[in-house]
Amino acid sequence: MKMIKNSLARLVPEEIPGVGKFEPYVSPFAYLDRKLTSPAIKSRPIHPQAPRHDKVTSDIKRAIERSGLESGMTISFHHHLRGGDAVIPLILRALSDMGFKNLTLAPSSLPDSHDFVADYIRSGLVTRLFSSGARGEVGRAISNGEIEIPVVLRSHGGRARAIEQGDIAIDVAFLGAPACDKYGNMTGSAGRAACGSLGYAQLDARYARHVIAVTDNIMDYPLRPRISIPQYLVDQVLLVDSIGEASKIATGAVKISRNPVDLKTARNAFDLLKASGLMTNGCSFQVGAGGASLAVAAFVKDYMKENKIKGSFGLGGMSGYMIEMLEEGYFEAMLDVQSFDKSVTDSMTRNPNHIEIDVSCYANPFNKGCAAHNLDMVILAALEIDTDFNVNVQTGHDGVLRGAIGGHPDTAAGAKCAVIVAPSFRGGVPTIKERVTTVCTPGETIGAFVTERGVCINPRREDLIRRARDAKLPVKDIRELKAEIEALTGVPDKPMADESRVVAVVENRDGTLLDSVYKVV
Amino acid sequence: MIIKKAQAGSLESSDCLVTVEPADAYSMSYSGQNEAIFKRRTERIALEVAERLSASARVSIQDQGAIEVTLRARIETAFERAMGDGGVRV
Repeated sequence: MKMIKNSLARLVPEEIPGVGKFEPYVSPFAYLDRKLTSPAIKSRPIHPQAPRHDKVTSDIKRAIERSGLESGMTISFHHHLRGGDAVIPLILRALSDMGFKNLTLAPSSLPDSHDFVADYIRSGLVTRLFSSGARGEVGRAISNGEIEIPVVLRSHGGRARAIEQGDIAIDVAFLGAPACDKYGNMTGSAGRAACGSLGYAQLDARYARHVIAVTDNIMDYPLRPRISIPQYLVDQVLLVDSIGEASKIATGAVKISRNPVDLKTARNAFDLLKASGLMTNGCSFQVGAGGASLAVAAFVKDYMKENKIKGSFGLGGMSGYMIEMLEEGYFEAMLDVQSFDKSVTDSMTRNPNHIEIDVSCYANPFNKGCAAHNLDMVILAALEIDTDFNVNVQTGHDGVLRGAIGGHPDTAAGAKCAVIVAPSFRGGVPTIKERVTTVCTPGETIGAFVTERGVCINPRREDLIRRARDAKLPVKDIRELKAEIEALTGVPDKPMADESRVVAVVENRDGTLLDSVYKVV
Repeated sequence: MIIKKAQAGSLESSDCLVTVEPADAYSMSYSGQNEAIFKRRTERIALEVAERLSASARVSIQDQGAIEVTLRARIETAFERAMGDGGVRV
């Protein structure tokens, strides 16, 4: 594999056999100056139908046969059913039983619980994987070199771009539908396996050659009161016993961390947002559901209440806390591509300003404008960050794939101020590295890195440094903080990797390559 | 002089369990979730302590994510205990 150095001094392949050619990453918005050609606009494939055509079957093999799927083709799934998803295992088992080989698996992401996918990689059912991440057994199998063709990892916005530009051509999309009518109108806001937004599935439904709604809940026609994916995009409705385990889909509301390290970090991050001058009427905000991130939202809410500030919109993965802020009037609207917990699920039918958006609308840099590009502030987590502010959310300190990119690089690039929050060390391992194991989000897009020990502002952001100093925040140079932490933890070695063997690449949202992930030894 | 087997630390997260035993020659084993990045650091610190005390011992460390200051304290204490009542303070 011929490797070339990108602008971050990371070696990336020029071509992945079996996937295609790639350009090396240059800068976050280099795509604006690049000569890009649109794929030729083709009309949608036609599907002439007789009136009252019957789309429903409960015969999974028959549905697959009718889809025209062949070995070597590309299949997709959404990950809205989270850890409770039963659609991916059901369909992959059927495809395996039917003797399919060499499929490209291109889900919006893989749920944490789907270790079995590693077995289908070993069996040769899946020989190419495009995903937002790889965790658990799947991450380990890839990192051990058990899949020959390197996996392509993309952000949510990057995947939307790849689908719309034709880099990912989905042959058959198997879309779990918590509520569906006999003609394929579907939504995620109702049913036993309700999951909230179907933002990822909406895009696959528009671009896949053949769309199968997989449901355990056929409702009276027409589906109401909301339709997330309309009937004219759906070829077949496959009725199965269960599309997922409700208790693992509709998990309890994500709670705000009570860990003092997280809370101190969140307080520092909030102080920085306050100093940034962005928390004003009409502001927009995205926050993750984990650790310190959600705690920042709590501080933001108190501040908005005290100062009678009303924001414009909240974006992204929605947790109950964001919906609470909507219902209590702190934001005009919530734009929801993916719902994180049970408390969000029925909010869309209850709150007209809780708006379901598809993933292209969320974060695709190559459409006519995505919501991430309208963001003021985003709070994001990190596994590692380096002294250039590059962020890793994908590989552990041992170099093994264990995370997912999600909307991290999309929102960091789009927001006026992207703040990374993380403890200064975890399990004895410092978070700040000289060079992160894997670049997922380029440092040029990051405003600041905040820990319980202080605030490190990207030297590229003189405006933010000035404001933080004026507000007397505990501003530290990231190299000084790194040394301070390493005095406690010790200096870690770089994990051993076989740099002759690329097992995955991380694609920037514009399709250029940010970094390579190597086989672990 | 190492006269008996002794331990310091625990298997709680962010701690480590250090065991020191009498042996003819120095040896050291290290296991834990941070092996990929902290093996050399840990070996260096254990050897440093053993050499300072001129103690030949079999040292084994189970690391649950201890930071370096914790690790060093546990190693020194384990040696101190293994050297018995007549042992020197490290």
